[in-house]
Amino acid sequence: MAGTKNHDYHILPTDPWPFITSFSALVSTTGLALSFHDYPFGTYLAIAGFIGLIISMFSWFGNIIKEARAGDHTPVVQLHQRYGMILFIASEVMFFVGWFWAFFDFALFPSELTEVVGGVWPPEDIHAVMDPFDLPLLNTLILLCSGTTVTWAHHSLIHGDRQGLKQGLWLTVILGVLFSFIQAYEYMHAPFPFGQNTYGSVFYMATGFHGFHVIVGTIMLIVCLVRAYKGDFTPRQHFGFEAAAWYWHFVDVVWLFLFVAVYVWGGWGATIH
Amino acid sequence: MATTAPESFPVHEDAHHDAHADHKPAFFQRWFMSTNHKDIGTLYLIFSIFAAIIGGGISGIMRFELQEPGIQYLTWWAEFLGNPAGDFDSALHLWNVLITAHGLIMVFFVVMPAMIGGFANWFVPIMIGAPDMAFPRMNNISFWLTFMGFCSLMMSAFMPGGTGMGAGTGWTVYAPLSTTGSPGPAVDFGIFALHLAGAGSIMGAINFITTIFNMRAPGMTLHKMPLFVWSVLVTAFLLLLALPVLAAAITMLLTDRNFQTTFFTPEGGGDPVLYQHLFWFFGHPEVYIMILPGFGIISQIISTFSRKPVFGYLGMAYAMVAIGVVGFIVWAHHMYTVGLSVNEKMYFTAATMVIAVPTGVKIFSWIATMWGGSLRFTSPMIWALGFIFLFTVGGVTGVVLANGSIDDNLHDSYYVVAHFHYVLSLGAVTAMFAGWYYWFPKMFGVWHSEFLSKLQFAIFFVGVNLVFFPMHFLGMNGMSRRYPDYNPAFELWNWVATRGYEIMAISIAVFFANIIYAIVVRKKAEGNYWGEGATTLEWTLSSPPPFHQFETLPVIDDKAGAH
Repeated sequence: MAGTKNHDYHILPTDPWPFITSFSALVSTTGLALSFHDYPFGTYLAIAGFIGLIISMFSWFGNIIKEARAGDHTPVVQLHQRYGMILFIASEVMFFVGWFWAFFDFALFPSELTEVVGGVWPPEDIHAVMDPFDLPLLNTLILLCSGTTVTWAHHSLIHGDRQGLKQGLWLTVILGVLFSFIQAYEYMHAPFPFGQNTYGSVFYMATGFHGFHVIVGTIMLIVCLVRAYKGDFTPRQHFGFEAAAWYWHFVDVVWLFLFVAVYVWGGWGATIH
Repeated sequence: MATTAPESFPVHEDAHHDAHADHKPAFFQRWFMSTNHKDIGTLYLIFSIFAAIIGGGISGIMRFELQEPGIQYLTWWAEFLGNPAGDFDSALHLWNVLITAHGLIMVFFVVMPAMIGGFANWFVPIMIGAPDMAFPRMNNISFWLTFMGFCSLMMSAFMPGGTGMGAGTGWTVYAPLSTTGSPGPAVDFGIFALHLAGAGSIMGAINFITTIFNMRAPGMTLHKMPLFVWSVLVTAFLLLLALPVLAAAITMLLTDRNFQTTFFTPEGGGDPVLYQHLFWFFGHPEVYIMILPGFGIISQIISTFSRKPVFGYLGMAYAMVAIGVVGFIVWAHHMYTVGLSVNEKMYFTAATMVIAVPTGVKIFSWIATMWGGSLRFTSPMIWALGFIFLFTVGGVTGVVLANGSIDDNLHDSYYVVAHFHYVLSLGAVTAMFAGWYYWFPKMFGVWHSEFLSKLQFAIFFVGVNLVFFPMHFLGMNGMSRRYPDYNPAFELWNWVATRGYEIMAISIAVFFANIIYAIVVRKKAEGNYWGEGATTLEWTLSSPPPFHQFETLPVIDDKAGAH
């Protein structure tokens, strides 16, 4: 189809994955909605949908990598990808704006009406909060550190140091996984439950969505690591790596806001667990 | 900007290289696996028409129920849709389901797919001289996610949702009706419908912004872009920044409903008004998302049939940018009666009124474009003139409602219903029909009947005004929206509105007759069938354009007025 084309844009052949991905998404949301209300097979439907989504992403993104190897990603196509990733991150920022909006609404204007909150933040019902300068501070340092290791990997890549690329990525991935494990440990030992009042709701949902984004970012970095071992990426063309790095920095910045607002400021003066 | 470097792309010099540009894939591949912006645009348009039949049919059920006081048909419909026979509660619940479905379908599955998915997909790449969208596969998933969202919404109608089947929350999905007030999976299906359609729209927005910024043909600077492209650019930014906030808000609804969080539950310290803030932070940009592409379409049409460039081109472009920016800081004018402080109401009143300024710039510039122009009253031009009048009526009632003090009385009355239907069903939908008749021969290569198009306009104009103008009176007299029954004093104007609906329905029959005419008569359209005055790039191509247009990028002349 691209036989006569006289420009640098990427004109694609027909592709089954958009339809399969969308259908898998519908199957998983249908399954989830049914499982929330204990319908039979709801959970199985959701799992089937998720498997479909994973297969779709694996194939779709795999195709993009193949196209990159085939030289379809001309400079202008790479520019598209940059714009696309930046805009995607912008939309993700607005998603977190929603959660921070809820947090600041609850923390600045705590409900006066109920003994659950009692006009104070953290709410009266919360007898103790996490010590922000214990594990959360450690996690902050871990994420900041991982930001430097991913930059190390990037500079190594630019300067043709494949060993440094792999080492930097390994460290970043290990730090990312470590963050997730510490976060899970923290959740398990948290002195307040999920839900039941605004503190538990907004704390777990905001940090939980952040944690989910950390896991997604870690997976992106693992893919980059595998590709680094397979010999992908050149000092001049490595947008897959850059996208993962941008995303990782975004996740890092969101955490800094969470740490300062939710952990430090939001727990100020409360009893520490 | 892409500059062409032919030497880096060996051209296949085989005999049938002309045929390459028009080589179409087989049926299933072409329509289910498409990566072609024109085919995906067509899919969106077909889907939008299909959804409009359902959404418009629902408004018919509502209009006939409302033509006299008391409950007429609701119990019958409730039973028909699977509720227990004679159950009055489920009949009243059905009313809520109908208003919810009508709103959600018209907003997310009719106007947005037609404007952004349909016309913008078709014409943004062509107007900027690009061969396709920046991300052709993502373009396709945008469509299919919208489609799957529609499926999820349709499924919700057959799930328990409280006192009856279906999600009866209003399109705003306000808590606590949508949380503790609606047990059963129907509302979850509705929320997931918004998640799916929203994800599709965000990807569409990324695609349009990238396409418009990166794929303009050599010489097509931002300040030479046709106004329709400008309108889509602004719309895409609104989508990109507003929809994720809705995603967060409805995710909170989901966890409040199913996982014991208390975001909007006062017993746990939560606040239902927070939901309204989050929703309208999305919802207000959303109404501009629906109307801005219409502004763009109208600008193209008025300019074409006045045989003049648009008056004040830059002012028109930046008026849309201003509307987009200010649209993000006026949301609480939807919430004047929730107990906002006087200061908040003063701010939101003033900020809302500011929007009248760039909107006025647009209205007056359209009129100034026609002033001294060589006017041709083709069918798209007539629809566009109708748009200017009808949208202005909706705009001035908007200025009335912008006042927090007046809105205390008019909030949730039929005056509001009249206002937003004047800007949407008489504004956005009129713009959609204008665009449809402007581009129909371009998209499908055959002519519609100009006579039937004008006839449709005449009938539509009478019908919709009869439906919605009396609603101003009803609202001023205190009739509340969202109830199936009302005080008998309101009967006359409700009866008139229902007659108006019947007239409007005839105009839709003429619309379909026009499509059948085009299919049967198959009168071929030339490349530039509107002749002099139609200056944008789609008129340099055949009708329909080749499967892949601009295999060699067009170069925009410095002096040529692209707009």
